[in-house]
Amino acid sequence: MKGWMGKSKALFLFTMLALFLAGCGKENLTALEPKGYGAERSMDLIILTTLIMIGVFLVVMVIYVIALIKFRRKKGQEDYIPKQIEGNHKLETIWTVIPIILVLIIAVPTVIATFDLADESQASTSLNVEVTGNQYWWHFNYEDEEIVTSQDLYIPAGERVYLNMQSSDVIHSFWVPSISGKMDVNPENVNTMFLEAYEEGVYWGKCAELCGPSHSLMDFKVIVVSPEEFDQWVSDMQNVDPEQVPEGAVAQQGQALFEANNCMACHAIGSSPVATGPNLTNFGDRSTVAGILEPTKENLVEWIVDPESIKPGNKMTGAYPSISEEEANSIAEYLMQLKPSEITPESAGN
Amino acid sequence: MSITATQKRGFSAVLWDYLTTVDHKKVGILYLIGGGFFFLLGGLEALIIRIQLIKPENDFISAGLYNEMITMHGTTMIFLAATPLLFGLMNYIMPLQIGARDVAFPFLNALGFWLFFSGGVLLNLSWFTGAPDAGWTNYAPLSVQSPGHGVDFYVMGLQLAGAGTLMSGINFIVTIVTMRAPGMTYMRMPLFSWTTLVTSILVLFAFPALTVGLFLMMFDRMFDTAFFDVALGGNTVIWQHLFWIFGHPEVYILILPAFGIFSEIIPTFSRKRLFGYTAMVFATFLIAFLGFMVWAHHMFTVGLGPVANSIFAVATMAIAVPTGIKIFNWLFTMWGGSIVINSAMLWTLAFVPSFTIGGMTGVMLGASVADYQYHDTYFVVAHFHYVIVGGVVFALLAAMHYWWPKMFGRILHEGLGKLAFWTFFIGFHLTFFIQHFLGLMGMPRRYWVFLENQGLDTGNLISTIGAFFMTFGTIVFVINIVYTAMKGEKAPADPWDGRTLEWTLSSPPAHYNFKQLPLVRGLDPLWIEKTEGNGKMTPAEPLDEIHMPNSSIVPLIMTIGFFIASYGFIYQVDHKAWLIAVYVGMAIALGSMLYRSLKDDHGHHITKDELEREAD
Repeated sequence: MKGWMGKSKALFLFTMLALFLAGCGKENLTALEPKGYGAERSMDLIILTTLIMIGVFLVVMVIYVIALIKFRRKKGQEDYIPKQIEGNHKLETIWTVIPIILVLIIAVPTVIATFDLADESQASTSLNVEVTGNQYWWHFNYEDEEIVTSQDLYIPAGERVYLNMQSSDVIHSFWVPSISGKMDVNPENVNTMFLEAYEEGVYWGKCAELCGPSHSLMDFKVIVVSPEEFDQWVSDMQNVDPEQVPEGAVAQQGQALFEANNCMACHAIGSSPVATGPNLTNFGDRSTVAGILEPTKENLVEWIVDPESIKPGNKMTGAYPSISEEEANSIAEYLMQLKPSEITPESAGN
Repeated sequence: MSITATQKRGFSAVLWDYLTTVDHKKVGILYLIGGGFFFLLGGLEALIIRIQLIKPENDFISAGLYNEMITMHGTTMIFLAATPLLFGLMNYIMPLQIGARDVAFPFLNALGFWLFFSGGVLLNLSWFTGAPDAGWTNYAPLSVQSPGHGVDFYVMGLQLAGAGTLMSGINFIVTIVTMRAPGMTYMRMPLFSWTTLVTSILVLFAFPALTVGLFLMMFDRMFDTAFFDVALGGNTVIWQHLFWIFGHPEVYILILPAFGIFSEIIPTFSRKRLFGYTAMVFATFLIAFLGFMVWAHHMFTVGLGPVANSIFAVATMAIAVPTGIKIFNWLFTMWGGSIVINSAMLWTLAFVPSFTIGGMTGVMLGASVADYQYHDTYFVVAHFHYVIVGGVVFALLAAMHYWWPKMFGRILHEGLGKLAFWTFFIGFHLTFFIQHFLGLMGMPRRYWVFLENQGLDTGNLISTIGAFFMTFGTIVFVINIVYTAMKGEKAPADPWDGRTLEWTLSSPPAHYNFKQLPLVRGLDPLWIEKTEGNGKMTPAEPLDEIHMPNSSIVPLIMTIGFFIASYGFIYQVDHKAWLIAVYVGMAIALGSMLYRSLKDDHGHHITKDELEREAD
């Protein structure tokens, strides 16, 4: 008995220590610190169910531990035959009825929240973004505003933004844990969900449905800015001149190489409908290169020269003739200058 | 054929015996060997997964190989390890518990085993050319578009194994309905036999959904149909429905026999009859019934709408009620008893808190809006490992210690058993408890790498350390088996002061099990005879000739036919010449069926003389 208790205690302490060290996870990624309406509704239910379940667990464990201590066969009891009990109606009724009540306590708020989060009544008066999931990047089309972007989704704080999502290839799942639970992105139908972020910030988003080798690298960001900044961003993005000549000879050479290698066949600059590859209109403002790397020129060069080494199975590999490091450097110089707006991830406050 | 094979037989004779056997006990042992092998293989895959995730942005294995690893780990553990290991126990123990001399269809039983085994071998041969990589759930369209033949191996391998499982299920149902000993009414059946019956009913209704899904997948991949091709009007969500209409009951196919095992072990080692037997039986049925009503809780994020999500959420939570009834009945079986703690009981005692956690996180997952956060994250991984390892694997290990003496005539070593238990038990909680939090902290499942600086490092490291403990525990258990086989203590007929019919037979039992069928006077028949009689079963029939089925190599040959044909189906996509393999394989299989149908096989009789000559 002692060994059992001692070991479980050590295990418990170790686990608690581990949790303490790990905390609740990274801010703006963890679902445990909700910063949006959906995440908050989920968290309410997570807390309610966890508390009830801990209660049930304690009841089970108390009976279990007492039974083990009290009724363990002791020396001299080798021939003891316990009373053979068939059952007990009163007890059996209790442990049938109480769980039914507990289930009802969980079920009612669950159903209410389910309908609440599926509410689309405000969709027509809110900002709508068409989201397309692709292996392994995200396409964002603000249809009414005629803005197209990718990887970084800009939304205003405190407002509901409806996302109408569909996949261009396999099933993906759109998840920004801090703001809202996830919704699958299917190839056959449009799924609608809304984001309502409370605070400005840059929030991590992840693909949550296995979609191929680089599934774990299909990160994106949600950039939550103030409504004024968002309006500013919209107007900046609407006034982009895709043909604008960049500064410096290297960047200009990069622009020429971008055209010569036919990069535009997949990558649009400006609000063109081309969506074979990520739209690059505000590439210089992006919070990452390829969704996962720091937004530096070196990383971009590495990505252009050999994308397969960074995102296995991506569709850019082999789509163009090999590019030397020097050429890639020029292209990177050009792309990093694509900064049409003052509103960047830094504007979001972190 | 002589009854007592006391003389030493050569290896080839033993091999031939097992290749041709239709004896439920030997088929059971074959299932245990096959399932055990795949369990170790699946465990190795799990360890590789955990090593890859020991630190952020690790490159121990490549992204493609990682996806193959997770796919094969899940598929292997569910279809090729857990299910067959349980089927092995059911095969061996259930006929003994209900007082039968074999299952209803011994030939079919052998065929079921060989089909499962060939399916497993076929699936694992894919390692040489590229394993399936679309996850064990094999969602379309990722699976349909998966290059190479990996997913084809998945489809054909599971089709073969599934056919074998379906056959065994039917066999068990007929056996239990028609072959119970005199006096063994339904409400006197041991819980393990009850759960075998209910599980078999689940198999009967659940596996056809998988069969249909696999056929659609096979036609899409091999014969250019477009069931799952959206561009041509197909629908990918159909696969998810078919898979989970099978997949959710499959969870209960695994856990109900586990419940049955604990319902045998707890009364035996508490020396007290099962508390609330009737409630236990009805709870089993209720869980099985509800198990078919909840599949869409795996699909809360698919976008089925709030009405469907609410209905499936509430139905899911309802399962907590019968499961809770079971937990409390076990606790109150121990209450007032005289509890002995040995290895079998340790695994059982470890099950109660572990499975309670798994069941509770199940209710939490059932709350659909909370599931929007949990879905497809490590929270789910933690949940189902608490259920399947903390429930099913603990049950299997408890059952091994409990029934090993009956099956192999020797008692597993207690010291090694306890060492294996503690390391595995601690490792299990280290590995999986932290994963609940990893999921909520933003780690989706099936992630080849997690990035640096996202707060996920410590949790993953702890989890991997736990996996090494589990590995150590497993190795100790294997050592225990080897040690016991060589030097283990010989087991008497009734080493645990048992209560049910299997403990009335010698360890291991004669190949006809019961010389005379026993007369059953109530629940726990042996216990009744111990406390109210002379400790022996009263025969229900005079000593007479026993009719037993003949061994046959035909099940194996038929299976080889299907195996060859499956290979042909997979590769005819590349070159039509492979169709020859399809024709040859099908000819062998159909020819074997024809032979089996046309040739009379009346079995053999064990004469009264032989039975009398054999010492008790």
